Amino acid sequence: MSEPLIYELSAPGREGVKPPQLDVPESPLPTAMLREELPLPEVSEVDVVRHYLRLSQLNYAIDKGMYPLGSCTMKFNPKVNEVAARLGGFTGAHPWLDPEAVQGALYIMYSVQEYLKEIGGFAAVSLQPAAGAHGELTGVLIMRKYHLDRGDTARDTILVPDSAHGTNPASSSMSGLRVVEIPSDARGNIDLKALRAQVCERVVGLMFTNPNTLGLFEEHTEEVADIIHSCGGLVYGDGANLNALAGIMRPGDAGIDVMHFNLHKTFSTPHGGGGPGSGPVGVAAHLADYLPAPIVALDPDSSPEEDPYFIFYDPPKSIGRVRAFWGQFGIIVRAYTYMRMLGKEGLRQAAEHAVLNANYLLSRIKGVYPLPYDRICKHEFVVEGRFKDAPDIHALDIAKRLIDYGVHPPTNYFPLIVPEALMIEPTETESKQSLDNYADILLKIAAEARENPHLLHEAPHNAPVRRLDEVRAARNPVLRYAH
Amino acid sequence: MVYIPHTDAERQEMLAAIGVNNLDALFQDIPEKFRYPQLDLPAPLSEMEILQELQFLAALNVNANVVPTFLGAGAYRHWVPSVVDYVISRGEFYTAYTPYQAEVSQGTLQAIFEYESMICDLTGMDVANASHYDGATATAEAVIQAYNVFRKKRAKVVIAPTVHPHYRQVVHTYTQGMGLDIVGGDDPMMPLEQLIALVDENTACLILQTPDFLGRLVNLEGIAEQVHARGKGTLLAVVVNPISLGLLKPPGAYGADIVLGEGQPLGLGLNFGGPYLGFYATRDEYVRQMAGRLVGKTVDVEGKDGYVMTLTTREQHIRRDKATSNICSNEGLMALAATVYMAALGKHGLRKIAELNYHKAHYAADVIDKIPGFSVVKTHPFFNEFMVRCPAQVADINHFLLNDIEEVEIVGGYDLGRDYPGLQRHMLVAVTEVNSRHEIDLFAEALGAFTAEEQEA
Repeated sequence: MSEPLIYELSAPGREGVKPPQLDVPESPLPTAMLREELPLPEVSEVDVVRHYLRLSQLNYAIDKGMYPLGSCTMKFNPKVNEVAARLGGFTGAHPWLDPEAVQGALYIMYSVQEYLKEIGGFAAVSLQPAAGAHGELTGVLIMRKYHLDRGDTARDTILVPDSAHGTNPASSSMSGLRVVEIPSDARGNIDLKALRAQVCERVVGLMFTNPNTLGLFEEHTEEVADIIHSCGGLVYGDGANLNALAGIMRPGDAGIDVMHFNLHKTFSTPHGGGGPGSGPVGVAAHLADYLPAPIVALDPDSSPEEDPYFIFYDPPKSIGRVRAFWGQFGIIVRAYTYMRMLGKEGLRQAAEHAVLNANYLLSRIKGVYPLPYDRICKHEFVVEGRFKDAPDIHALDIAKRLIDYGVHPPTNYFPLIVPEALMIEPTETESKQSLDNYADILLKIAAEARENPHLLHEAPHNAPVRRLDEVRAARNPVLRYAH
Repeated sequence: MVYIPHTDAERQEMLAAIGVNNLDALFQDIPEKFRYPQLDLPAPLSEMEILQELQFLAALNVNANVVPTFLGAGAYRHWVPSVVDYVISRGEFYTAYTPYQAEVSQGTLQAIFEYESMICDLTGMDVANASHYDGATATAEAVIQAYNVFRKKRAKVVIAPTVHPHYRQVVHTYTQGMGLDIVGGDDPMMPLEQLIALVDENTACLILQTPDFLGRLVNLEGIAEQVHARGKGTLLAVVVNPISLGLLKPPGAYGADIVLGEGQPLGLGLNFGGPYLGFYATRDEYVRQMAGRLVGKTVDVEGKDGYVMTLTTREQHIRRDKATSNICSNEGLMALAATVYMAALGKHGLRKIAELNYHKAHYAADVIDKIPGFSVVKTHPFFNEFMVRCPAQVADINHFLLNDIEEVEIVGGYDLGRDYPGLQRHMLVAVTEVNSRHEIDLFAEALGAFTAEEQEA
């Protein structure tokens, strides 16, 4: 039984939650500007609760079980984070209040800036970007403006490895820059020879993901940075995979000039079914003046004997602001809570166990699922979802069959350089039992692929819906309820 | 260890299965000189301790849930029905990822489909995306959409100086690599006709806001036709306050090509500026130039209704550097909150909320206008926000309201002099359903006390 649309539960004249009574005299309405009808649903509060509760039950979620989407870092979202973000002094803080009236909020923002500087090895951090891709755009605009301000106006090219997230080239072209793709070598690293061949005075910078999307640490990290720096270019770090490195290595120490963090990955804030995220950007000293304005700073005029006083500060060469107001504050509170609970030791332990879990799961399925790059992986790994003796089986079939066993599939068909890719990131918050269960299911599915391939082709069998017709959705788009 | 479930025995077993002796062995590929930096971070806290600290920090902020607040300017204090937080607190919603595996994400997908439908209904448009980060980035995406509609051949964009200053700034930031000519100036009193006169055949779009940043309702009837004719197809994008559309004619009804705005008033808290919600709608013919995630209806192999993300060939994960935008996420949970808000209030409730805003703001304007030294600017109709000419700098008045009145704190309005040099001593006052008559009277009385004190001094 499908859940009807909320519109289909509507009955003419039914009222929902009751707004307050008018306690002032009425004023004449601007009759020429009034709308004739407002075709929203007419449902009761009970209808709303039941409808959205039933919809929620059609979802898979971390709170239900393991959700090993590669490059997404689906770790447990601590419940204390939610309590913290809902404190009245945070939800009720108006963004235009004078700094003197929001010192608590500014303290948290300042602290998170400082922690991210320390974790990333950067000189300055802006919390403004609202998501990872937004942080990338910010970072690319910073690199672009840095060159232009130095009179270095011929630079128009961003180098992007072929294993990169799709947002890397998209953020680059959105900034008006040309994208040149760099291939990977046989060990899954950036191909140094190909990189050297592209290096010239047109290069703005390189988009560098480390560990890369194969889950492998780039073995020539320093050389890569040196090659780019030698031509005057800058190195952008895609921080999506920081969960492997936090507390283990600081990207800023290894020549990364600018990087975005994903608070919704590394720092446990919920993904919310696709957002809100938060993508702060950290930069080395030479780029600090270019960060989006404003950032939070200690008031230079406040005396050291008093409590610290926080103000907004506009970096002098700023690329401008990238959103309204100051950042995803509610998400920043969650990340702050998480960082304070983990502390220095907890941060490193999280990365260590994320890497332990990925390597353990890999060890359980290695030999059954083809492994294109056989190395110690970091927080995730990529196998091929295909078998020589079951040629009709694709990664998609394996993914859909996993659903039948009550777990979430990994990322599939990414990175693009691995055929039939299954990209698996268990995160540190999964127990050994949980990993063993997932491995057992993957092994069982590999056996089914040979013995009962139709089970895979027709999967999922027991999800809320079977495989959906995406071609039809795109050819004849139905994008809204038709009244 | 926090949030790590491993026992010592399990850890050893796992290391053995991998074939290494210790955790360090997993990091040997990291150059030694970078490995294990000494980080200057605080020691771990327990849940109890961190909450105690956060309670303390939260209490340092002025809390609009408690303190009478007349501050808006793009972020509004509204009543949020309890059902909104109930729904978005469901782990099935907030701990899910982007619905890439549609079969186990029907809850998220159907909710987005409902959101898209409601935004269309509210704005009078054909198609809405699954949301942008906020109103400012949605405005920038409107510029990029228009630029793409004309295949990057039209380089001029006209933006009204009365569009939210942050939105205008973000448009400049986003487009700095595109070589666009962004015009419109910064004189908020520039008549609409003059703005329209800037539109020519090289103009990709004109962006207007109503109610504008000064709170004024702009009658846009017939404007779209003028803009289309003058610019031979120039798009009209309108920034709106969604609550005002409970009462007022939607921009779709007067010919807008893109309608967008800040969705925060639809059931989201103030949250010191984020996370918010950029809603965005356009006409059918432009759907392929629109950025952002879209959910459509389809059927499964058994013919059962279901929902999927669709028209993804516009998006970065397919098109990479040729995508319409780099946007990879939406404000999923915030869009869900807005959906539940609109459903819970519904057709009748949203209209009532809009009326409450309208009547209370007009009552407040009447009362304030009578205070010596203060006068309400009455050149235009308004919705829930209006301009007040003040006898002193707005910052000084606001400081007085917050600190110098016995037994009560009041958060005054926005200082328009921050953005418009010609509007020094002009306060933008926001009044919503949350402001009781008592609060409004208290506010007016406090403004009167300010004048009295000034005169004494």
